[in-house]
Amino acid sequence: MRRAFRIVVDPIACCGEGLCAELFPERISLDPWGFPILSDEPITADLVEHAGRAVDMCPHLALHVMDAPANAGTGGGRPGEPARLVARLAPGGRRR
Amino acid sequence: MTSTLVRPDATLGRPEPTAMPRLLRGLGRDGGTVGLGEHLERWGAMDLRWARQHLGSELEASGLRGHGGAGFPVAAKWRSVARSGRRPIVVVNGAEGEPASAKDALLLARTPHLVLDGAAAAAASIGAGRVLAYVPHHLLEGVQAAAGARRRHRLDPVDIEVREAPEGFISGQESAAVNGLQGRPALPSFIVLRPIRERGVEGRPTLVHNAETLAHVALVARYGAAWFGALGTERAPGTTLLTVTGRPGGPVVQEAALGTPLREVLGLGPDARRRYQAALLGGYGGTWVDIDTLLELELSEEAARRRSATLGPGIVVLLGHDSCPLAEVARVVRYMNGESAGQCGPCVHGLGALDQALQSVAFHAPEHQASVGSITQLCALVEGRGACRHPDGVSRFVTSACAVFASELAAHRRLGPCGRIGAPSALPFGGRPEARHAGRATRPR
Repeated sequence: MRRAFRIVVDPIACCGEGLCAELFPERISLDPWGFPILSDEPITADLVEHAGRAVDMCPHLALHVMDAPANAGTGGGRPGEPARLVARLAPGGRRR
Repeated sequence: MTSTLVRPDATLGRPEPTAMPRLLRGLGRDGGTVGLGEHLERWGAMDLRWARQHLGSELEASGLRGHGGAGFPVAAKWRSVARSGRRPIVVVNGAEGEPASAKDALLLARTPHLVLDGAAAAAASIGAGRVLAYVPHHLLEGVQAAAGARRRHRLDPVDIEVREAPEGFISGQESAAVNGLQGRPALPSFIVLRPIRERGVEGRPTLVHNAETLAHVALVARYGAAWFGALGTERAPGTTLLTVTGRPGGPVVQEAALGTPLREVLGLGPDARRRYQAALLGGYGGTWVDIDTLLELELSEEAARRRSATLGPGIVVLLGHDSCPLAEVARVVRYMNGESAGQCGPCVHGLGALDQALQSVAFHAPEHQASVGSITQLCALVEGRGACRHPDGVSRFVTSACAVFASELAAHRRLGPCGRIGAPSALPFGGRPEARHAGRATRPR
């Protein structure tokens, strides 16, 4: 069974290019200034490919796939909740 | 290897468990720094061999939580730092960026050895190889002298290095401190990708505590969890320091047992509503509460959160009726916007927009004012979207202001700015509040 995962945006690296929202509109929208807002909804199996494309195409490598519970949003993370980067998301996805 | 001044002795200097104050014990109103000799006479020496073996479990039993604002359980933090198995680093965080807080500065200036004791005990317990004290310029000399005295007397098994922390609201944020200690700009990192408990200073697991937390640790290390829990409540054991601004006589740092009614801690009588229109709890990332709520609150983070408030790092500002609350809020938002690290788009743009909106409702004619709806929308938009919690704090601050000052907002929108907008700022900015120790402490009846 695939482990539950989520994507997070590193807001320091993110420059608001907006590519991710075009590639993964199912879970990513843009705020009035063009910066991504990530939905808390789980990424279902049918969306994994879209998610992977958004992660891989970010020109600033600001999107990351993590396998932790989705309680940390994109913020500083909850203390005590170790979040782990997942090396590879979808077949063909770039290794991060 | 222990002190050449005083040998460890569990009974020496042990205060009565319910005696108040604790951290501020023996500090006069405006006295000087407690030197090492006097410090060890007052508190007795710590037994670091004991700390190495038992302090972790004793802290767990004590229920001590961090006093920097997040309120995270100290024992759990230590466990996660020690988990990696690599030799960790302990950081004494003396960069107290909140302009309305002065407690860490007071401890480091007046009783630095109590704070450094906590760091030394933590280092012994988690097996740290280094202790770094990160303190602002005005405290540098004093803390260096304290560390030097400890070195001469071979008090600690690890050396305490003292480094200067830059001024600024954000420089004391945990990951900003870690960056500052490595000679980089003291700005936050995105810790979701790189938790500093695993990879902090020099890539080592790093334990960061503010000065007050370490001072409490020093007491648990000496007298144990049962002593610690003799004050406070079961769920909120021990005492806390508060920086209180807005009362006659200027800012004061005082200590009170957790669970004490706030009205008692603050010395508020039946005339409180006549004297004050509202209170700010938790500082500029904290929450406004009306006086009725304030009078009902007891002193604990848990009680505050039940009322959607926070005590943050122990800040109370009482706002008198002479001030326009919207002007005060607008000034804070402008300050916080200026203090943003400027690294994250949503914070840069969101706080900028909030600044403009709050300036308009405080100072501009009704037709040029932003709507309350647009302000609360901006608050929701920035929350959780920075690398650190800076935008979340501003969001919380403004959201609570909109609720508590709803009638003032309506009046400004109807009639334009009130006559009080020219009043001098009641909330402190820049510089540090010259807080005295209150010489007064409260404990539960």
